[in-house]
Amino acid sequence: MVYKERLDGRKIDELRPMEAKVGVVPSADGSASFKSGKTWAIAAVRGPRELFPRFLQNPQKGMLRCHYGMMPFSGSGERIRPGSSRRAQEISMVMMNALEPVVDLSAFPNAVVDVFVDLPQTDAGTRCAAITAASMALAHAGIPMKDMISSVAVGQVDGTVLADLTYNEEAYDAIVSDIPVAVLHNSKEISLLQMDGEISKDDLIKALELAQQVSEKVYEVQMKALKDYYAKEEKQ
Amino acid sequence: MITNKTAISDLAKQEKRLDMRNLTDYREPIVIDTNISWTAEGSARVQIGNTVVMAGVKLSLEKPYNDTPNEGGIMVNAELRPMSSEEYESGPPSIKAVELSRVIDRGIREAKAIDMKKLCLEPGEKAWFVIVDIITINDEGNLFDASGLAVLAAMKSARFPVVDKETGAINYKEKTEQKLPLTKEPVSVTVYKVGGKLLVDPSKQEEEVYDARLTVASDSNGVISAIQKGGPNPLTVDEIGQMADLAAEKANFLREKLNSFLKEN
Amino acid sequence: MSQILVEERSVIIPGEVLAEGMDYLPGDNTYRENDKIYSKVLGLASVSGRVLKVTALAGPYVPKFEDKIICQVTDILMSGWRVNTNTAYSAVLNVKDATQRYIKKEEDLSKILAIGDYVVVKITQVTSQNLIDVTMKLPGLRKIEGGRIIKVNCQKVPRVIGKKASMISLIKEKTGCEITVGQNGLIWIKGTPEGEFKAEQAIKMIENKSHYEGLTVKVEEFLS
Repeated sequence: MVYKERLDGRKIDELRPMEAKVGVVPSADGSASFKSGKTWAIAAVRGPRELFPRFLQNPQKGMLRCHYGMMPFSGSGERIRPGSSRRAQEISMVMMNALEPVVDLSAFPNAVVDVFVDLPQTDAGTRCAAITAASMALAHAGIPMKDMISSVAVGQVDGTVLADLTYNEEAYDAIVSDIPVAVLHNSKEISLLQMDGEISKDDLIKALELAQQVSEKVYEVQMKALKDYYAKEEKQ
Repeated sequence: MITNKTAISDLAKQEKRLDMRNLTDYREPIVIDTNISWTAEGSARVQIGNTVVMAGVKLSLEKPYNDTPNEGGIMVNAELRPMSSEEYESGPPSIKAVELSRVIDRGIREAKAIDMKKLCLEPGEKAWFVIVDIITINDEGNLFDASGLAVLAAMKSARFPVVDKETGAINYKEKTEQKLPLTKEPVSVTVYKVGGKLLVDPSKQEEEVYDARLTVASDSNGVISAIQKGGPNPLTVDEIGQMADLAAEKANFLREKLNSFLKEN
Repeated sequence: MSQILVEERSVIIPGEVLAEGMDYLPGDNTYRENDKIYSKVLGLASVSGRVLKVTALAGPYVPKFEDKIICQVTDILMSGWRVNTNTAYSAVLNVKDATQRYIKKEEDLSKILAIGDYVVVKITQVTSQNLIDVTMKLPGLRKIEGGRIIKVNCQKVPRVIGKKASMISLIKEKTGCEITVGQNGLIWIKGTPEGEFKAEQAIKMIENKSHYEGLTVKVEEFLS
């Protein structure tokens, strides 16, 4: 049995419908909302600002700190107890690693840029949505960045390499691998890579190439959201 | 945080505010959206001016408490998310978050707004427990009123999930048409005393400068179901009466807004 | 062979290619990699001769020598005050830079400037670690009394001031307010409450529409 027709009817390299908006948290320095299918992430940036505790301060450059959290009502089953979980801590860390390569905080020694991401609802691909939203929020905040980061999960379900898995596909009753990936737009280098499941090396490479290809679609949505924010109301 | 302390209290004495609103005006727009989260049994997003909060209802089946074997339960929990203001940090709930949770909770629980007995499926064995979580998205003042509205809107839009008749397991992905047994709709309004005058819907700056505040939850008949006084200064009985009156008047204003948004959905 | 790929004053996102080929030079907020010039920030593209630059539409304030800024007193020190500059870095205002008169050793400094007071100061020193010294002893610098303070993104300050201070003069004239603009984005407005509010709205309008052309006309229309 090879998984050829996807549960929601999408093509193998087709992403879920995406929606992005910038400036959704007006009091923050930068913010953005990103929806991919039923997964929705809201990111807000505060900083550069003073960093506590002091022993974390770096005199060479500012620190990027990510805080990922799922809202208690955002899980597909029972309520999620508030408070940090180990999963949230790990995701916060990989988010930071995904964004760091492009962010330039050399003008802000000893300071911190905090990126907060909260998700009101989820359907797989949460860390990818978080990173994609965070990238827009950092740009909106005017943080110096040499490039944008676009993130999407690829994977394999029952022998077929495909893009943007939903929860149902992750839970599919066959051999599945779920591979969240984040891509720097210009160089196509990869700044986030994790894998759950089983996959051959050849299929892994296929999946990564697919990720590089489809992340372009995510980038287009990010670019449009940032430019739309500054779109002029009337034509002069 | 910028706080124009003297400007605000001087202006208030003259019945003026920094943004030229009347003391009893809410900011605009007031926007209420329900069913914003597909994973919640009920949910809402409320915006007052630029202040934005979300609330979500989650339902679970639990064993009733020993002293109330025929009843389900409700709990309201609030999180002041660090994204919403530079004032909030990650970590355990601050006293401000605790107060917000408990005041909104009181307004529903003590109003007996939900018929707890109707939540019971099997006395002593199984009853529905309702948890409403308030998540702040952008705090530009008046989280109290925005949260109260969001919780009410989320509860009104909530639907019970399907329960498998044989196994008793909850299928969260399918909802029934059954609503929460709401008997009353308490709306909470917080009145602030600033520069000796009473105002509603404070901005973040006005919240830094007040003498005292009174949160009053009331239903459409004006019956009060919860009160909380806050702030560093005392109030006279007269002032409390005036604040309660103003709160009831504004509660009806907010209730009308809520109903007009719910009609559209 | 070399070519510019973007229009003047178009909105550019980080990493977007501005030009290809070695004929062009990377200006503010851009960088060159191989033969392409990229943007380093969200902003408006502009070409000046062979130099391509991007004017940021938002961003943190970087403290500079001789900038006039508005700060808030957060702490009283042995011989001065610590002030919040609306950045990640606080500044120190020494008592000798605050007042002409002689201050006795045990004098209560909070009688001169208390915690919470706002001041208009000038930056006299910035170290590589962004330690900042400020002074209040030059003309135009003072403790703030009355009026209100608002915040705009520091990248919009040049637009708020305008060419040869034309924009800020227009607002002052039409609203009858005294207005002091700090380079760090804090602005002090003093007049009647209605005049102050009108000035605040005009400034917020400039902040939101800073990338529009014909902004002076729009502001003038709004203020009339």
